Amino acid sequence: MLIIKNLHASIEGTPILRGINLEVKAGEVHAIMGPNGSGKSTLASVLAGREEFEVTEGEVLFKGKNLLELAPEERAREGVFLAFQYPVEIPGVSTTNFLRTAVNQVRDYRGLEPLDAVKFLSVMKEKMKLVEIDQKLMSRSLNEGFSGGEKKRNEIFQMAMLEPTLSILDETDSGLDIDALRIVSNGVNQLKSAETATIVVTHYQRLLDYIVPDFVHVLFNGRIVKSGTKDLALELEEKGYDWIKEEVNATSV
Amino acid sequence: MTTLAKNKITELFLNQAPSFENFPQLREKGRFLIIENGLPALKEEEYKFTPISKKLEQSISNFSPSKKSTLDQNMVQSHLFEGFEGDLLVFNNGNYDSSLSYVNQSGLEVLSLTDSAPELLGKIAITEKDPFVSLNDFYFEDGIFLKVKKNQKIDKPVFFLFFNEANVGQVISPRILIEVEENAEISFLENTISLDDSAYFSNAVTEIKGGPNSHIQYNRLQSENKKSIIVNNLETDIHRDATFTSVVISLSGDMVRNNLSLNLKDSGCEGNMYGLYLLNGKTHVDNHTNVDHTKPHSESNELYKGILADSSRGVFNGKIFVRQDAQKTNAFQQNNNILLSDDATVNTKPQLEIWADDVKCSHGCTTGQLDEEALFYLRSRGLGKDQAKGMLLYAFAGEVLEHVSDDSFKKYLTSIVQERLGSNF
Repeated sequence: MLIIKNLHASIEGTPILRGINLEVKAGEVHAIMGPNGSGKSTLASVLAGREEFEVTEGEVLFKGKNLLELAPEERAREGVFLAFQYPVEIPGVSTTNFLRTAVNQVRDYRGLEPLDAVKFLSVMKEKMKLVEIDQKLMSRSLNEGFSGGEKKRNEIFQMAMLEPTLSILDETDSGLDIDALRIVSNGVNQLKSAETATIVVTHYQRLLDYIVPDFVHVLFNGRIVKSGTKDLALELEEKGYDWIKEEVNATSV
Repeated sequence: MTTLAKNKITELFLNQAPSFENFPQLREKGRFLIIENGLPALKEEEYKFTPISKKLEQSISNFSPSKKSTLDQNMVQSHLFEGFEGDLLVFNNGNYDSSLSYVNQSGLEVLSLTDSAPELLGKIAITEKDPFVSLNDFYFEDGIFLKVKKNQKIDKPVFFLFFNEANVGQVISPRILIEVEENAEISFLENTISLDDSAYFSNAVTEIKGGPNSHIQYNRLQSENKKSIIVNNLETDIHRDATFTSVVISLSGDMVRNNLSLNLKDSGCEGNMYGLYLLNGKTHVDNHTNVDHTKPHSESNELYKGILADSSRGVFNGKIFVRQDAQKTNAFQQNNNILLSDDATVNTKPQLEIWADDVKCSHGCTTGQLDEEALFYLRSRGLGKDQAKGMLLYAFAGEVLEHVSDDSFKKYLTSIVQERLGSNF
């Protein structure tokens, strides 16, 4: 589904990603871990099409298409979804109106009939249950005044509405208490299928108790320096990142 | 006479001024002040960013009053917005046209200024305060005196519909006086239609008195032609426990200057000033507002927002005056702008003069670009760039439109603004 080859990206001339290689197949869950500043969020942003990052080398294929050539909205319509680490507050735009526009844009691209108000509301109600999100939030301005947990739940709710094939969760667990984490993870797990894939970017192993990955990759200095199964995450939890740094430094000498 | 004139523009007006016989004292005083002080020179503080005299010199050649144009019922009908219900007052190049107007609601009285000769005329918009009031004082022909009687709640709005064009003369001088008596309620709508693309100068004065516990709302749409030069002086005296709300939506024109003054004369007053300017091309819009808190326990709220494209220019000057007596005043002011091009400019200036010590006043102004992070967020959910942009701009502008009291007018304004944000910007 997703093939990343030797991806290099920089921001304002400073290289952040220095040769990422990764393949994600349908039905898989990949966790990307790593210390602060290793490039995790940059990778998520580059995949979603954030424009301040410049891709200097490499390629990304999504369902055979060159993802890097597509505008952010085209990627979304193709089925890429990024759950933001810091969801943006947008005063004056109601969540419901925004989502209805987004869903119908995506449906139109996929050759589906637009949902009318009634159908949209019934789909919305159903998906809201997944992340136990309060109806009241839907008529408020997008993310405005939402608590941290509500914002993250809203991200997963949007994901449910847009039905992506590749979901990238950028530190969705950061700042969540256990209850919120459980709710969010539960939502993600229910949306998983044999046709979809998930990339979970996280700093903490804790999330992976709830969303169990098939593969764990450690990102350091803009490269994937180690890959393994979920056991690698446990090892990181126990020993921290220092041993990885040492290992990398040792091999690079 | 000409040798006495302060500057060239003043001379042009004085030479071609009309000689009407009504209100001789008002006219004489206005004329005297114009001779004495002249129209604002280039460096005049109050008109620093808005060189209106220079603009008039460049664009206007005939400084006599515009003659009446041909208007008919069909033209008037075609400019009523969908869902309009209420009373209609039509103005032809600044003069009231009673044959095209109707006033059906009871509790409301509309008279010509000449016939009614109200004492109040010129007592609210004090001629000394602004040279364009003085100019209107001796340029207006007739106007209306609208009175809302005590305890009357006027359910449906009163719509002032102005038709403007240069007809021989290029100067249009509407004059309106409104008196809302104790406990009365009313809302006004205003729109001006340019009959053609000609350059004209509209210099309006509107005086409003809000009696004790009265509630008044004034909603104004400005979308005149690209060559129009517009000065508005809207001044209100608000008495005890009364509320006055102004909403001004400015969409076009060559140079527009709105002077809005709220004099909160007593306690328990509430003055609200909302404005939205969506500018493109070379349009220049200047909103000068002034709220004067004179007694304790009054409140004022102000929110002006602007979206500026191309080489348009916006000016906001918000004066809040809190007198020594006016303890426990709450005064809030906000001006936010989004610039969509490198050539667009905004000059914003809050001006607070506070002489009381127990007050709550805040002001803030921001000028920025469209929030790129928000734009990316919406696009990452599948919205096209233009659509996302339109949605964000409308979200920004919508906050002002929410304050429009009449639902049909609000709907009309919303559709104009949405269309504008989806295409021109």
